[in-house]
Amino acid sequence: MRRFGLGGRAGEAPPDDPLAWLDAQTRGLPSPLPPPKGWEHQPSLAEVMTVWADGDAAMPFPPGRRHPGAILMSAQRAAWLENLLTAAEPVRERLVLLWTNHLTVSIRAGRGAGMMLGSYLCDAVRPNVTGRFEDLLVAAVMHPAMLYYLDQTASIGPDSPYGRRSRRGLNENLAREVLELHTLSPASGYTQADVTEFARLLTGWTVERARDPVGTVFRPQWHQPGRKTILGKTFEEGPEAAEAALRWLGTHPATYRHLALRMARHMVADEPPPEVVAHIEHVLADTGGDLGEATRAIFRLPAIEAEPLAKLRSPEDYVIAVLRAGGWTDPRPVLGWIRQLGQLPWVAPQPNGWPDTGAAWAGPEPMMRRLDFSYDIAGRMSHLDPMALLDTAAGPLARPETVEAVRTAGSKRDALSLVLASPEMQRR
Amino acid sequence: MNPSHLPSLGRTRLGRRGFLLGLSTFAVAGRTSLALAALPAAGDRRLVVVLLRGAMDGLHAVVPYGDAAYAELRQEIALPEPGEEGGVLDCGGFFGLNPALTRLHEGYAEGIVLPIHAVAGGLRSRSHFDAQDYLERGSEQRLSSGWLNRAISAMEPDEGESLTGLSVGLDLPLLLRGRQRIGMWAPPQPVRPAPDLYARMHSLLHEDPVLGPAVEDGLRERGYADGMLPSAERNGPRGFVALASAAGRLLAADDGPRVAAIELGGWDTHAAQAARMTPVLAQLDAGLGELRAQLGAAWAHTAVLCVTEFGRTARVNGNSGTDHGTGGVAFLLGGPVQGGRILADWPGLGQDRLFENRDLQPTRDLRAVAKGLLRDHMRLPDAAVAAAFPDSEGVTPQGGLIRRAA
Repeated sequence: MRRFGLGGRAGEAPPDDPLAWLDAQTRGLPSPLPPPKGWEHQPSLAEVMTVWADGDAAMPFPPGRRHPGAILMSAQRAAWLENLLTAAEPVRERLVLLWTNHLTVSIRAGRGAGMMLGSYLCDAVRPNVTGRFEDLLVAAVMHPAMLYYLDQTASIGPDSPYGRRSRRGLNENLAREVLELHTLSPASGYTQADVTEFARLLTGWTVERARDPVGTVFRPQWHQPGRKTILGKTFEEGPEAAEAALRWLGTHPATYRHLALRMARHMVADEPPPEVVAHIEHVLADTGGDLGEATRAIFRLPAIEAEPLAKLRSPEDYVIAVLRAGGWTDPRPVLGWIRQLGQLPWVAPQPNGWPDTGAAWAGPEPMMRRLDFSYDIAGRMSHLDPMALLDTAAGPLARPETVEAVRTAGSKRDALSLVLASPEMQRR
Repeated sequence: MNPSHLPSLGRTRLGRRGFLLGLSTFAVAGRTSLALAALPAAGDRRLVVVLLRGAMDGLHAVVPYGDAAYAELRQEIALPEPGEEGGVLDCGGFFGLNPALTRLHEGYAEGIVLPIHAVAGGLRSRSHFDAQDYLERGSEQRLSSGWLNRAISAMEPDEGESLTGLSVGLDLPLLLRGRQRIGMWAPPQPVRPAPDLYARMHSLLHEDPVLGPAVEDGLRERGYADGMLPSAERNGPRGFVALASAAGRLLAADDGPRVAAIELGGWDTHAAQAARMTPVLAQLDAGLGELRAQLGAAWAHTAVLCVTEFGRTARVNGNSGTDHGTGGVAFLLGGPVQGGRILADWPGLGQDRLFENRDLQPTRDLRAVAKGLLRDHMRLPDAAVAAAFPDSEGVTPQGGLIRRAA
């Protein structure tokens, strides 16, 4: 439960049947997210495009005024974090975080990706984390956010009508990262020629901002003519090839191997035992890439019970877990706290997303910031009972030395700080 | 100057911090300094590695304007020749530095900047992540430590006593991960607990194999840095220039760290390269200038190596950018560096000269450069150089990087 959720919430009783509680969150569809501030519903892609275009038309802004697109993006991210603080299905949200990171889109790449990211997470990733991976892959890769993020909107078939006229050409970025990060991984042995061929296959798919219907569109005059062959598999010319190739890649044995490692690393251990990875890989292969089945198989691994608290929480996980344990619901300072600890949600530095190992997060200075954060938050949660907080956070996993340290702390704030800084709180 | 939230760490007062870290034996033994780096092997010599993440385009940083094929390959992103408006800064009639690199060009004229061209690591991969891991590990084996950490192991015989290595910023790069513990510094945040609470937190965490050492090194390094840096700098601007400045200040001290790593991203210029790369180059140039300024007299003993995971395609792509390539550029600079020349076996950019008909052909192994520095600048024994770069027997350390007198 601790491994797979987001951390216990103050005043919430643990479920009577943990396995049933876990399984239930891997079936069906998630409940909708709360709308961003200033909206009564999740803005549609078309509405976001309108905000973006209106904002661009009103530029430049006087000092102190922000682009309305940037304001909307901030509101969407705040709503996202607020949902993590109170989510009734924390296990499902963890899966969303895992697959969002596997299929990273970062607003670092500019306004296009940033504006589309809210819709990407709500429409492409969140509903697909317990279904078949190929569906998740197609939804994510063909979403405008990803097309912007990995420069697909700037990739032109060199021999397409537009390519010949403009002398513009391929941009390999999306093709390369799909093969390397999202599906096969380099261990599968694809070559530069496969990357280039896949980039040619994807040409024509881009984002339409101005004319209806806005969003992902296919422009035949950008499409590289001819058949394309990736790892020996041939695809015909035309718009259908992109989805066909993604589905083929999404169900490839090398992809299952890669996904199994990714899932095991996130939910079992930084260096998961090979037999665990192999087991998950088999489940994926036997079920046509059913992520729900694979997740439920992980819930049942003996390794989970055998090694509690095997995973160090990332800064985002840690801040969310601390705030859930303390019953905190104000989303406004959350982003700043996570950022202080070395991670800025929605702004992963590179397409491979955030690291998923303890060593990557446990640098000395970031660790000191966790201690400082504990102390800061303890000051804001002075109404809490330290022992009750420890019970919420760690339950039966609380170590005697932590109990003793909390009991003998010099002040209530110190006691709360110690709970929040403890290994029980920093791990899951 | 010493903030109230941490005990004093001056050269004569161990006090609470030593106790806190379980180092009280030092105080009992009457040591007057925490000796962050008593380094019999390294002495005064300092090494800074700047990781340029995202693959810097070497052909845009150090431009081979004298190569007849350059202008045709680069089209609209080709830079003008020296003397023309926006032209490159000449380095000997064939190469020129990008005009954003003014300080580096001054250093070149002084003879202390050595651009290295057509260079690449030993791995042929166009994946950022594989190539960065390789660049930092220094080996194709999936080691969990970086070559710089292994090199420090050879410099620091008294393990645990001092922190020779320093990472500046909030990430500890793979380059510096490993058995040898590394200090870190990043601009601090305001709210901090009292020393006593730090001590209690430390005792709660110290048995955790991951959290324990991190907290211990964090306490140690923070106490050290707080004593070293004036508060204005501690609360100053962020970004590469600020980090490079802080690194210079920390490295300059007699008892400071001797080896540091800093990162600068923003090089993955798939589109609109001319506009996107200029500010990053300018940041690099300004940061290196600030590093030199803060090092002061210690600059005479410092070598700075700037490396990137690979170069970019020789041809401009369809978006006025470049894609992942192979051969690229490294910069070596510093007081002892034998610069003022370009180190390159130039492969040429003409037809059939390109690697896989696409990238600058690498003619020099980056490991040779790093091994040469470890041997001739840090004066590591051959065995230690070999341990830093396993399975590289065939790669001879590059000689002539460092002036003999230094």
